[in-house]
Amino acid sequence: METNNHSIETKNLSLWYGDFQALMDVSVNIPSGKITALIGPSGCGKTTLLRCFNRVNERYGNVTTKGEIKILGKNIYDPDVSLLELRKTVGMVFQRPNPLPISVYENILFGLRIHSPFGSLTRNQADEIVEEALTSVFLWDDLKDKLKARATSLQLEQQQKLCIARLLPLKPQIILMDEPCSALDAKGTLAVEELMGILAGKYTFLIVTHNMAQARRVSTECIYMFLGELIEHRETQALFETPEHPKTADYVQMRYG
Amino acid sequence: MDSNTDISPELMFTETDIGRRNRFVENVFKIFFFIMTCLMILPLLLIIGYLFYKALPVLSLDFLFTNPKDNMRAGGLWAPFLGTIYLVVVSLLVAAPIGVFSAVYLNEYARENWFTRIVNLAVVNLAGVPSIVHALFGVGAFVLFAGLGESILAASLTLAIMTLPVIIASTTEALKAVPMSFREACWNLGATRWQTIRRIVLPNSISGILTGVILQVSRAAGETAPIMFTGAVFYKAIAEGNVFAYNITDQCMALSLHLYTISTQVPDVTEGIPYGTAIVLVGSVLLVNAAAIVLRVYLRTRKRW
Repeated sequence: METNNHSIETKNLSLWYGDFQALMDVSVNIPSGKITALIGPSGCGKTTLLRCFNRVNERYGNVTTKGEIKILGKNIYDPDVSLLELRKTVGMVFQRPNPLPISVYENILFGLRIHSPFGSLTRNQADEIVEEALTSVFLWDDLKDKLKARATSLQLEQQQKLCIARLLPLKPQIILMDEPCSALDAKGTLAVEELMGILAGKYTFLIVTHNMAQARRVSTECIYMFLGELIEHRETQALFETPEHPKTADYVQMRYG
Repeated sequence: MDSNTDISPELMFTETDIGRRNRFVENVFKIFFFIMTCLMILPLLLIIGYLFYKALPVLSLDFLFTNPKDNMRAGGLWAPFLGTIYLVVVSLLVAAPIGVFSAVYLNEYARENWFTRIVNLAVVNLAGVPSIVHALFGVGAFVLFAGLGESILAASLTLAIMTLPVIIASTTEALKAVPMSFREACWNLGATRWQTIRRIVLPNSISGILTGVILQVSRAAGETAPIMFTGAVFYKAIAEGNVFAYNITDQCMALSLHLYTISTQVPDVTEGIPYGTAIVLVGSVLLVNAAAIVLRVYLRTRKRW
């Protein structure tokens, strides 16, 4: 069955900000449990496409969408879809690490707390969940003595890993990443990439990146977008080595612009 | 090495004529701005100093806690002092929730459309309306139309209408200062707008919001026009030392109006009394402002990002 292989499927997806069309007839299938990279020049709709998948676009004002988006086989524009549940399943990591201005501990629990009745989480459960989430992103050893520290005071690399860890207690299926490494140094970038490699399989990753070396390193499939259109979507190696579309070739061989 | 200058390394960093001129102009402006700053502080110090000097003979705790006597030629300030407190407190109890929550709605919920544009336009214009116009509106709307009569309630509502737009504006500023990325983080974890506001936006903007509200105390306490026709009276004796001496359907005395009365309408007032009244008015406002600053510093230590 197709839905087993594809976590995200869109058909003829178009999107407008007011009168400006940001996405044009995008049809794409994102494989489950793999890392897919989304590349292309700035302002070509990569982030917009990402934001479609948890419908958070609609919080940003005057947005119109047309076409179909299926997440895990379910059309997310069906009337019985709860946006809040959708956003639990489809997590997002941002360009600039954005831990909330509360403690590390409460950052991890924030998602669970807003989705469960007040006081339903016992102290022991909470402790376990925090340890598990931080362990999965290899932060437990660094932060186990700093759980009460403000998350915004951590190093950037730790902040970004925390932002990934924060999604995990909600048991997401898909993690969208919007240039997750562009604020990090080389070491932080590698650490986050490594983490994605380890977590892939358990989660489906879709990562927007401007760093083509990164796209090649981390992704199995790669999508090239240009001015709101999907130009080419193939296996990463094939896309970089034998691009089919001349625009893709220009971009991946740095002849763009 | 290919040198593109004839100057020897010895003289390379010595000051040129243009450099000397730039340094001179730099100093002129630095001193100019400093003098302007002094000019700003000077009147404040002079006013307070002069008031204190003139008021010294009458200042005492009794002055605060006794009613005016002998047709306001002697005695204390109890009735006007308590009246001002009533007016300010009641007006803020009305204006603060309406102002703060409407700013939250405009900032956190409303999309940019014709409705929000009209509201914002109204806020800006309302803030620019002279207080005497608010007074006339208060007479028409609260005293006559709503049938409240001349009362603390009617006067307070008039003051509330006057302070409302400024509270909305300052709350909006405070909310805008909370980075958008915090909201995005919450939304993408499936938080509703209310959860985002309750858990992240309000805790991080509360210091700014409270400061904006408290600063309106001084405006509400100082205004004379809006209360003159809506609830403040020239003279009214009340039980001394009883903080519940006024009922909100009563008329009341107020410091600002009292100061006007005894300075211009009553002959032979004991010399220190108008100055003492001014000191009490200015002093209580400064006290409240100082409290606002302390509160803000305290709340700010709890937020860091």
